[in-house]
Amino acid sequence: MLSCKEANRLMSQELDRKLSWGENLGLKFHVSLCDSCANARQQMSFVRSACKHIFALDEKSDQ
Amino acid sequence: MTIDTNELAALRPDMTRFAYLLLRDSHAVEDVVQATMLTAIEKQDGFKNNSSLKTWLFTILRNKTIDSLRRGKREVSIADLSGNDDDDLEEVLFNQNGSWNQEAKPSAWGNPEVSFEQSEFWVVFNACLHNLPEKTSRVFMMREFLEFEVDDICKELSLTASNCWVTLHRARAKLRLCLDTNWFSGQGFEASGR
Ligand SMILES: [Zn+2]
Repeated sequence: MLSCKEANRLMSQELDRKLSWGENLGLKFHVSLCDSCANARQQMSFVRSACKHIFALDEKSDQ
Repeated sequence: MTIDTNELAALRPDMTRFAYLLLRDSHAVEDVVQATMLTAIEKQDGFKNNSSLKTWLFTILRNKTIDSLRRGKREVSIADLSGNDDDDLEEVLFNQNGSWNQEAKPSAWGNPEVSFEQSEFWVVFNACLHNLPEKTSRVFMMREFLEFEVDDICKELSLTASNCWVTLHRARAKLRLCLDTNWFSGQGFEASGR
């Protein structure tokens, strides 16, 4: 099984490239058993969606 | 549709901050912001009311910033970029077996997207972005705001692919930690109501 450290590297890389079948499976398996890594993964993808949102929000508050 | 020039001027500080995070050179930033405003005025017929002025303007700014990065190639910065900002973040987060250190374990954020509605959240988020070390910030901004592919970032900045991955990972980990400390486990998020 992947270590948490390895899982964290992969959860960042999955935002930048398509993981191999094996990597993907390893990561999914790890986060299904490890709450801390599941949280880390949610937080990293939240960081990305915040970046996508940064200008959209002003649209709302401008109105 | 005509642009309100006051509104345009009001967005200048935001544009300057954005461009500075990527270019780190006040002359280049000034040029890019100036060129963006000129283009906006020249092409205002292309601005449709259904997008906000800010979104439209940042699309132009984004392109001008990419041009400037390409054109300048920033010899000075590339030299700076060869060093690592810091390499021990993983040592802080993980023990020798690669498991989380007790105090570094990420906690659940619940439904963090509700924070998007709070203007205070964006103050914290911006501060966290500004706190990233220079090289880390540059790579991260190129990826997330300019939407470069990693291969292109490597090429632009003459970094190895693995250096790029490590840097992006470090940026995300730092931002995650910064938001956790300053928003999700602090007063801001509580006060805004979960
Ligand atoms: Zn784990």
